[in-house]
Amino acid sequence: MDIFLQQLVNGLTIGSLYALVALGYTMVYGVMKLINFAHGDLVALSAFVGLTVYTQIFGEGVSSLIAIIVVFVFTAAIIAFVGVLLERLAYRPLRTAPRLSAVVSALGAGLVIQNTIMLMWGPNMKIFPSNLFPQTLWDFGGVVMTFTQVMILGLSSVLMVALFLFINKTKMGTAIRATAIDQDAAKLMGINVNRIIMVIFIIGSALGAVAGLFIGIYYRGITFDMGWLYGLNAFVAAIMGGIGNIPGAMLGGLMLGLFNAMITGYISTQWAETFTFILLIVILIFRPTGILGEKVAEKV
Amino acid sequence: MSKKLLQVQDLHVSYGAIDAIKGVDLYVNEGEVVTILGANGAGKTTTLRTISGLLKSKGGSIFFDNQDITSTSAHEIVAMGMSHSPEGRRVFATLSVEENLMMGAYTLKKYDKKTLEWIYEILPRLQERKQQLAGTLSGGEQQMLAIGRAIMSKPKLLILDEPSLGLAPVLIKVIFKAIKQISQAGVTVLLVEQNAKAALKLANRGYVLELGKITHEGSSEDLLNSEVIQEAYLGKKK
Ligand SMILES: Nc1ncnc2c1ncn2[C@@H]1O[C@H](COP(=O)(O)OP(=O)(O)OP(=O)(O)O)[C@@H](O)[C@H]1O
Ligand SMILES: [Mg+2]
Repeated sequence: MDIFLQQLVNGLTIGSLYALVALGYTMVYGVMKLINFAHGDLVALSAFVGLTVYTQIFGEGVSSLIAIIVVFVFTAAIIAFVGVLLERLAYRPLRTAPRLSAVVSALGAGLVIQNTIMLMWGPNMKIFPSNLFPQTLWDFGGVVMTFTQVMILGLSSVLMVALFLFINKTKMGTAIRATAIDQDAAKLMGINVNRIIMVIFIIGSALGAVAGLFIGIYYRGITFDMGWLYGLNAFVAAIMGGIGNIPGAMLGGLMLGLFNAMITGYISTQWAETFTFILLIVILIFRPTGILGEKVAEKV
Repeated sequence: MSKKLLQVQDLHVSYGAIDAIKGVDLYVNEGEVVTILGANGAGKTTTLRTISGLLKSKGGSIFFDNQDITSTSAHEIVAMGMSHSPEGRRVFATLSVEENLMMGAYTLKKYDKKTLEWIYEILPRLQERKQQLAGTLSGGEQQMLAIGRAIMSKPKLLILDEPSLGLAPVLIKVIFKAIKQISQAGVTVLLVEQNAKAALKLANRGYVLELGKITHEGSSEDLLNSEVIQEAYLGKKK
């Protein structure tokens, strides 16, 4: 029972991170029908940018609420800007080109970001300082929760609820949904589709940035090519939930995190990825559009 | 003299190597209902999509409300007071009826309550269904929504591309009656229709488009009485 509860906590934690990253894939796909393969590398970039922001502005060892806020806001802003730049340079010129060109461009952009990280921070693993978050932990009768886990679960939940309300209750959110359904019809409503796409990249990249920072803080070791691994898992989560579907990405992320944690807890870490793909295949056999993907299929 | 709200001069549009529109001239005066008739593939939709900025022209010019909009982007043209209800309705299927209408008012700071009430008055079915997802509406209801959505922006010019396509005669009547009411409220209308007779009855003037060129134009009365038109578009034999 202890293993189960402990892995439940661990699974929800990593699942929240997958969900944050999956949202970036799914939002871009929803509006542009494009898989932004460079998204995982933006997540990795965020961990490195956060590391530099933290050590340069505050110096290692400083732990304060202000430091946490500055590191998160500043890093998210930088990554959002890089995301907008990515769209301008790698995707916008190919908006009307065949789908394959955009895919190649996305893969290329990912490599450019990876290599930029390597050139700026070096090819070896960097260790994210342990002091940004206090090292407090709570023991609930054998189930341990760290301050970092509480932060990850708390902030991810807040961000996801905020995003859900933004998309479903505001004029801009409705315009985003409309653009995802039919770009030409959206233009005829007076919606500036380029602006919508920019907003999507800002939100998706900023959420990915938060995930990247948490990955640094939670796992400590960060490498220039780690975006690939987290990106792939989050991408699988987005597909499981139904790509293009926002609640689907949230659900897919949490499910995948829990599933991974249970496999790790009861079988072995080595098998986690294998089982991830078995789960993906099983889900796609029974629900080819993903768990919540019906609406996507309906509109096509 | 009445003011020309829309003026299209020597318009050329092509899809790759295929020339679809080969020198179209047309105008719409303020307050008029003007119709464009033409067989399938004549280039009616292409003309409308170019006017509203969805397609780029290869040559010629488009003036709207005294401004050159030839290379203005579609969303800016909407803000200038032109609204285009496209062929095939294109309602946002997974948005509710009400959300669709709100998207119609996207260019306004806040949607206009009176306009919404007026739409519900002339198309009462929409009010009954306002919480329903647009994709679950019948074809006729979707067409009503497409028209209602297009006037939520309080346009000066309303462009309609085949609003009666695929509808039962009863519904065609409802749609045409709504268009008439919209026109009587002071909105200028440019209407593309396959249903030539109904369109000419409603319109002040008409154009006939064939293979990307205007072949006939005139008052609705003249066109209704023209033998060529009667044969080709009104289904009358000699
Ligand atoms: N996206 C496209 N790519 C290539 N050719 C096109 C495209 N859209 C239309 N065309 C061609 O342009 C010509 C005009 O088409 P358009 O849709 O404007 O005709 P239409 O008068 O609206 O016909 P309908 O009454 O069937 O709606 C046709 O020959 C059509 O095949
Ligand atoms: Mg057409």
